[in-house]
Amino acid sequence: MTMATRRTILKGGLALAALPALPGLAFGQEKLKVGFAYLAVPGDYGWTYAHDQGANALAAALGDKVEVTKVENVGEAGPNVERVLRELAQQGHKLIFATTFGHMEAAVKVSAEFPDVIFEHCTGYMTGPNLGTYNARFYEGRAVIGTIAGHMSKSGVAGYIASFPIPEVVMGMNAFVIAARKVNPNFVLKAAYLSTWFDPAKEGAQAQAFIDQGCDVITQHTDSPAPVELCERLGVPCFGQASDMSAFGPTQCLTSIVDDWGPHYIKTAEAVIAGTWVSAQPWESMADGGVVITPYNANVPAEVQAAADVVKNGQIDGSFHIFTGPLKDRDGGEFVAAGVTPDDGFLLSMQTYVEGVEVIE
Amino acid sequence: MTPEFLVAIVFAIVLVATPILLAGLGELVVEKAGVLNLGVEGMMLIGAVTGFAVTSLSGSPYLGVLAAAVAGALVSMIFAVLTLTLSANQVATGLALTIFGGGFSALAGKAFLGKTVVAFTQLFPTELATHPIWRVIFGYSPLVYFSLFMCAAIAWFLRRTRAGLILRAVGENDLSAHSIGYSVIGVRYMAVAFGGAMAGVAGSMFSLVLTPIWAEGLTAGRGWIALALVVFSAWKPFRLLLGAYIFGAVMTLEVHAKAAGGVFSALPSEFWAALPYLATIIVLVVISLRRSSSGAPACLGRPFIPPA
Repeated sequence: MTMATRRTILKGGLALAALPALPGLAFGQEKLKVGFAYLAVPGDYGWTYAHDQGANALAAALGDKVEVTKVENVGEAGPNVERVLRELAQQGHKLIFATTFGHMEAAVKVSAEFPDVIFEHCTGYMTGPNLGTYNARFYEGRAVIGTIAGHMSKSGVAGYIASFPIPEVVMGMNAFVIAARKVNPNFVLKAAYLSTWFDPAKEGAQAQAFIDQGCDVITQHTDSPAPVELCERLGVPCFGQASDMSAFGPTQCLTSIVDDWGPHYIKTAEAVIAGTWVSAQPWESMADGGVVITPYNANVPAEVQAAADVVKNGQIDGSFHIFTGPLKDRDGGEFVAAGVTPDDGFLLSMQTYVEGVEVIE
Repeated sequence: MTPEFLVAIVFAIVLVATPILLAGLGELVVEKAGVLNLGVEGMMLIGAVTGFAVTSLSGSPYLGVLAAAVAGALVSMIFAVLTLTLSANQVATGLALTIFGGGFSALAGKAFLGKTVVAFTQLFPTELATHPIWRVIFGYSPLVYFSLFMCAAIAWFLRRTRAGLILRAVGENDLSAHSIGYSVIGVRYMAVAFGGAMAGVAGSMFSLVLTPIWAEGLTAGRGWIALALVVFSAWKPFRLLLGAYIFGAVMTLEVHAKAAGGVFSALPSEFWAALPYLATIIVLVVISLRRSSSGAPACLGRPFIPPA
């Protein structure tokens, strides 16, 4: 009787997440049940949207070999995260993706309770025998758009709408300005932390302030397309973030850095089905297809496109790394020695700004 | 500092202040009638998505704003029926309205993700509206002029008209107003509908003027700022105007300080992010210190059950 009640509740929870109700007693082992815990909703046009595209790619690629369940609005932290992960495991999902940094502790706890379920956590650092992590090298995309900005900017000053001073964002600014300064050694990147990932009106206001103060290229590390839409109206070149934002800037959005989680989700599900999955910490790159540069806007001159492609292809074939020294920090001290390419640990803990970045911390 | 730069600053301030002023004016009238509707954010989101959808389909932003007002008023009627007719708790119902508005606007807006509309940015002829200097007066969206007109109109209505007197009576002493024959519930229904319409228009300012796009949670909490400003402005329309423009000015200072760096780097970015809220509250509290009473309507938030 209690079982039936709990099953009813579980079904109710699934219905709330707008999912097809699953049969309570699914013994079938031929289908791999894959569960996704989303931070927010796919309609954010940013982070969750990108994960949802990845989940759809998985469902499309593996067809009837997988059954995909998505739970929206799990939130960044709190007891709800643990509850959702546990329910997914109890319903027979054998592969569960926790898609935001704040899900880390819940993933550690629940993965210990379900040793036969495989968990993967996005952007975290804690692992276990059945818990792996995954992330993407967004900085590779920043190196490409920084190259374009270096060529396209007349003033040599770009504005960067940032969210929070965390290593991933610092890494993005640094990669952008290092690339731009390879083109124009006096290039300056003005960056502003908004203390939010999503506030369209404020992102727009910050873009406007940058433009009013003479920035002639705008780039963003926040999730809404508002800056791109504003730049289109004002005729200022800009770049899309997380998803393809060219619809908002048909003439001014020069390219977008897209997070493509699809290849990783497909690869992981295939490994689980084949029984070859091992706990690891992959950091997807342009070479793996985890980070994608969308086709350049027609307003990017051919020689600039060629220069951007050199950076892009160099990162794909491994011959070029944006953080290879010599690099100086913004106070003029040595940041990376000449000829040295820092390891991933160095990148993932980056808190220092390179030469050319102007930001209020 | 060139005159053009100063004009750009004023422009930015007006754009931040206007939606807060619009939503705040609506809520001010609602609260003056003795009703506390915490659903402003939800009604704004409904207005934002409706305004965007109708503009996108019809091509007319005027029709979009009108539809946003109607949608805001309609959704506020859910709140009105529950709290006024059925005497439900106003705080809980208002919060529920915010949650409902967020979810419903997301659902309704699904078809409009990734689309844009022509921004509703200009009322006067292009030569005036885009003139480097004169745009400081003539360059705004019709909604900006509307918000200023409504501020004056509401101040006049509340202080100088008989209907305004009745509305205030209903908010200050519902039993007396009832006993001399006024329909307390009827007046409150009208006030709530007006507040919903203004919140809807405020929402459409986001999706048609500031960022002519639709994205979930587009208003990003501005409804809560409008609510707080109503209290800190002691339910006075012109003080609300002042509060909204101080908020706009300090937020504009914030984004420009962050863009400029230099001397502004002495303070951390989190301080700058908090400054608009801090400055607005401090200024309005200091103004209010001179008066002893807060000016809160005496019946605010209390359900009215007519004596048998």
